[in-house]
Amino acid sequence: MDSSDRSLLVAFGEEISLAAHREVLRLTPLLRSASGVTNVHPAYASILIDFDPRAIRHRDVERTAAELYAQTATAPFPEPRTVEIPVSYGGESGPDLEALAALTGHTPDEVVAIHSGAEYLVYFLGFSPGFPYLGGLPESIAAPRLETPRKRVPAGSVAIGGRQTGIYPMASPGGWRIIGRTSLQLFQPDADPPVLLQMGDHVKFVPVAE
Amino acid sequence: MNHIRVISPGLLTTVQDLGRPGYAHLGISASGAADALSLRAGNLLVGNPEGAAALEMTLAGGAFEFEPAAVIALTGADFDASVPMWSAVEVQPGEHVRVGHARSGARCYLCVHGGIDVPLVLGSMSTHLLTGLGGLEGRALKRGDVLAWGRRFRLPTAGPLPTAGPPPTKWGRRFRLPTVGNIHVTAPADASALCRETWRVREDSDRMGLRLRGPALERHTGHMLTEGVPLGAVQVPPDGQPIVLFVEHQTTGGYPKIANVISADFHAVGQLRPRDEVHFEQISIDAALALLDAQEKWLHSLV
Repeated sequence: MDSSDRSLLVAFGEEISLAAHREVLRLTPLLRSASGVTNVHPAYASILIDFDPRAIRHRDVERTAAELYAQTATAPFPEPRTVEIPVSYGGESGPDLEALAALTGHTPDEVVAIHSGAEYLVYFLGFSPGFPYLGGLPESIAAPRLETPRKRVPAGSVAIGGRQTGIYPMASPGGWRIIGRTSLQLFQPDADPPVLLQMGDHVKFVPVAE
Repeated sequence: MNHIRVISPGLLTTVQDLGRPGYAHLGISASGAADALSLRAGNLLVGNPEGAAALEMTLAGGAFEFEPAAVIALTGADFDASVPMWSAVEVQPGEHVRVGHARSGARCYLCVHGGIDVPLVLGSMSTHLLTGLGGLEGRALKRGDVLAWGRRFRLPTAGPLPTAGPPPTKWGRRFRLPTVGNIHVTAPADASALCRETWRVREDSDRMGLRLRGPALERHTGHMLTEGVPLGAVQVPPDGQPIVLFVEHQTTGGYPKIANVISADFHAVGQLRPRDEVHFEQISIDAALALLDAQEKWLHSLV
């Protein structure tokens, strides 16, 4: 589907699913090295491809994407990494932990046990540099976003917003409930790669003392 | 060492090149000059590759001292300035190049032969203000800043210094969108309302997005799966006031997308200022790409 005069969208259904994620995971790196392609934006069940319309046009990109997609059938599936994220839960690091516990009918310790007991999948990075869209939040600790977003959420904050959990790579405004903070840096422009987490990674949160 | 001293920074002056493509899969948008056409033209006038880094000034320019003599060009919107615009000119050591207020439009580019020289971050010198990436320490210039120039490449200059006019398409306030039905949108109904109404640029617009004010568009509350968003996407957040995603836009988004500004009009989006009146109309993708071809032809006819 053409998305603009310099981009098109490849979609794998309209739902978040592991099957769609695997298609996105396999096709994304192949598209990134395709000639004339300037940027590739993977998401839950789609990939947006930006290209230089001075070099190629929609139908060229479509053809290339179809050829590369055919190759993914035989491409080896990348072995997922498991990345452990140390988190200091509650207190100054997680000012919303107690309120979230009350909202979801748990004690703060139970929220920490449930949040750190689950394994999460990085569906993709998007929105801002290094920001992971994580799947796998247990529904029992899902909680609505704050009514008034904070003007500044510190870098490394681990938060819950609706049925999603995430980590803020850098200080920014935000409306998710902050339950803890990690000292790991998710985005370092001078590092190679500049991001800590990559799409397809498995993530475990490990409680640590402040 | 070749340097530029910032005597006064102006309202919002940053180092920009053509941006940082290739990292959207890590959540990093390309950034780069808001009016890339003017930046490219300025670079060609001073004999640079078209993507060399330059200073982007916004609404009110600054004053800059060059050491030693330099060949510069000021392009973009019509600014009061101590040098003629759209011409390569030689400035003397210690001379102050002063750029005043924009008489129309929003941004101008001060290009220098040899290019501004700041560290490359992920392949680009452009400043991404929102994330503090690139440019000079990831921020807008301040009084007293010193920038290096001219070390990155040395190109021969020969003959008289070139001059040009602004692009023939200039900077319209009527933006073209590929016809609905021919592009992927997540909420098709509102594009005709977008084209029917008159919009004004809100004060809180920035390099991330042009926020428009007008009659609220229909609010879509259906299930919207987050997906990648391209430059120029027109999104409708819950308040029904459309946003045109611009050079520092987020790489993925979950708001309904109703249309997309065409590539040939991006430079004009970069010249919008608060309270400007904005209109939209629909054209075919083929017509949009023909306009882009014409623009490229103009650019390469400059020198």
